[in-house]
Amino acid sequence: MTTATTAIEALANREYQYGFVTEIEADAAPRGLNEDIIRLISAKKREPAWMLAWRLKAYRYWATLEKAQGEPKWANIHYGPIDYQGIVYYSAPKPKQALNSLEEVDPELLKTFEKLGIPLEEQKRFTGVAVDAVFDSVSVATTFKEKLAELGIIFCAFSEAVQKHPELVRKYMGSVVPYTDNFFATLNAAVFTDGSFVYVPKGVRCPMELSTYFRINAADTGQFERTLIIAEPGSYVSYLEGCTAPKRDQNQLHAAVVELIALDDAEIKYSTIQNWYPGDKEGKGGIYNFVTKRGKALGRNAKISWTQVETGAAITWKYPGVILQGDHSIGEFYSVALTNNYQQADTGTKMIHIGKNTKSTIVAKGISAGHGQNTYRGLVKIGKGAVGARNYTQCDSLLLGDRCGAHTFPYIEVKTASAQMEHEASTSKIGEDQIFYCTQRGLTKEDAVNLIVNGFCKRVFRELPMEFAVEAQKLLSVSLEGSVG
Amino acid sequence: MLEVKNLHVKVGKHEILKGVNLKVNAGEVHSIMGPNGSGKSTLAQVLAGRETYEVTAGEVTYDGRNLLEMAPEDRAREGLFMAFQYPVEIAGVSSAYFLKAALNAIRKHRGLEELDAMDFLALVKEKIKLLATDERLLNRAVNEGFSGGEKKRNEIFQMAVLEPRLAILDETDSGLDIDALKIVANGVNALRSPGGAVIVVTHYQRILNYIIPDYVHVLVDGRIIKSGGKELALELEAKGYASFEAEARAGAPAKT
Repeated sequence: MTTATTAIEALANREYQYGFVTEIEADAAPRGLNEDIIRLISAKKREPAWMLAWRLKAYRYWATLEKAQGEPKWANIHYGPIDYQGIVYYSAPKPKQALNSLEEVDPELLKTFEKLGIPLEEQKRFTGVAVDAVFDSVSVATTFKEKLAELGIIFCAFSEAVQKHPELVRKYMGSVVPYTDNFFATLNAAVFTDGSFVYVPKGVRCPMELSTYFRINAADTGQFERTLIIAEPGSYVSYLEGCTAPKRDQNQLHAAVVELIALDDAEIKYSTIQNWYPGDKEGKGGIYNFVTKRGKALGRNAKISWTQVETGAAITWKYPGVILQGDHSIGEFYSVALTNNYQQADTGTKMIHIGKNTKSTIVAKGISAGHGQNTYRGLVKIGKGAVGARNYTQCDSLLLGDRCGAHTFPYIEVKTASAQMEHEASTSKIGEDQIFYCTQRGLTKEDAVNLIVNGFCKRVFRELPMEFAVEAQKLLSVSLEGSVG
Repeated sequence: MLEVKNLHVKVGKHEILKGVNLKVNAGEVHSIMGPNGSGKSTLAQVLAGRETYEVTAGEVTYDGRNLLEMAPEDRAREGLFMAFQYPVEIAGVSSAYFLKAALNAIRKHRGLEELDAMDFLALVKEKIKLLATDERLLNRAVNEGFSGGEKKRNEIFQMAVLEPRLAILDETDSGLDIDALKIVANGVNALRSPGGAVIVVTHYQRILNYIIPDYVHVLVDGRIIKSGGKELALELEAKGYASFEAEARAGAPAKT
């Protein structure tokens, strides 16, 4: 047995540093899911009738799905039954008055986000990033709103958009991910509580990164957020989401929906740094992350780019995709997914080529350590009309130790003779020889592994906004800590 | 500086080193020569701290400290450098980044200030001239897509930047053409100083035309069967290892 392997076997995971709980009084719905709960959520949010009607439609459809076959079973993940009646679907910190300014935000909440490294006071934020902070079921604060409003950019909580911009929400909500899309997206449509809403008007280049920070705090609560981003012709926006949760022995469910719409010549860049509580090193607890994210490159020359760094959650099930409808539209997916201890990830993308000369790029990097299981699942579909479509896919797996796994399921469907497809894949192991080479030059084993892993992920990190690329590197090293002795 | 006493080393069930003795003082250049499978590379790697080998007996001291108890990175930080026979590729990590991380780890250990990107670049540019190496190499991933010769030169370049006190060259000359060999030799000679020592592990006498050793040791079947001055290398080249082996088996006293 080589030392690297024995060293990797010496698993002693460092504490998840975001695992604290905020003591705050919550206004919560009773456990369980039925039409009354949905009416309660809708009433709490003082929603218009059309919104409630949509939720109920989704709920009724979900109830039939649950009865018929339950959750989708095709993913390469294993978990016990989820008790949908045991979940609390709405939890909001009290008092829940409408906030007029940041000064009115509960100091306990400000402290929580401060502790997470997300100071909400605008003067403390590094300029260049506006933040929407979502705590359990509600958005607690959005920074730089006024400054953005001067350019006509709307950046607010989803529930606020339902009130203030119903025409936009009605037009686009469900247009990319219909409420019938899949089990979890349907559940989300019924019970979603908050999330972010972004609207960038024609020709406007959003001058700062927009960012939403999701925090699950309350026990036994699910988080079901919904995000909608609309980029009008010729506009540009870069958006980043981050997420953490306290350490709890029970699994908690997170089922989000994100919809992006890019019109002619518009570009949306969506980055995720997902750091939900992954469970302990025996695999107890952690977030079940079932997420549906999709963008529609609706206009000519539209571009949608997903970048994700997935290091947290006990289970990750997500396939951020792009529907390339506009001619010459571009879809991109850059992903790093890391599974350590007993984490499982089944993640990838869907690129649906409809328009002519559409182009998609997929770069997926999976890292498995401990007993982690990492699956890439991707679909590239070139429709009949997608003349001249091109796809480039690269998916690489890196293994640390000999008890983890990497799996790849690429699906390719081509219905156009003129399509060009490229697919590259590799699987490698961090070798004892690589580690020795680094230690012989004076680096510690841990530094050596971080160096090798960061090199492996470089192509993806390059796509992240600069401030976050550094964060992502740090996060990766923390997530790997203990995977080499 | 380095003292190896009765070193026995196993890999799995096979004993590879069967009692090696070696003493290297500061300022000296030693060459260890031997046929394939004699244990030369094993000796180099054990000294550098590779943990795939099991030391079953003997001791090694480095500046009076028990070298075998030191982690590989501590040996490196204390000035022990090994030029690899097969330098390892690290995808996505630029040579410059890698070398800066290594240099700063060593500097930090020695209580020196870490170099920032500017100072590092200045240092590197100076060293790169010494080895007539292409500057673009710095921006390429560590050893990735390097030719055999580039890899070996890169090892010597790293050595020049890290300025070790004890450098061990594990068959750095294998696979080098004569021009590259001279460049590598120049790099090593530049490192020669009263305070530093070099161990050149090689099959061939050729490199010793350019790096003149103070001592030559012949390693056969896990033992140093003969030691001598630089002329021993020539003798070896002329007679071949077989005659030395026969001599050793016949019980002829090995000179020390």
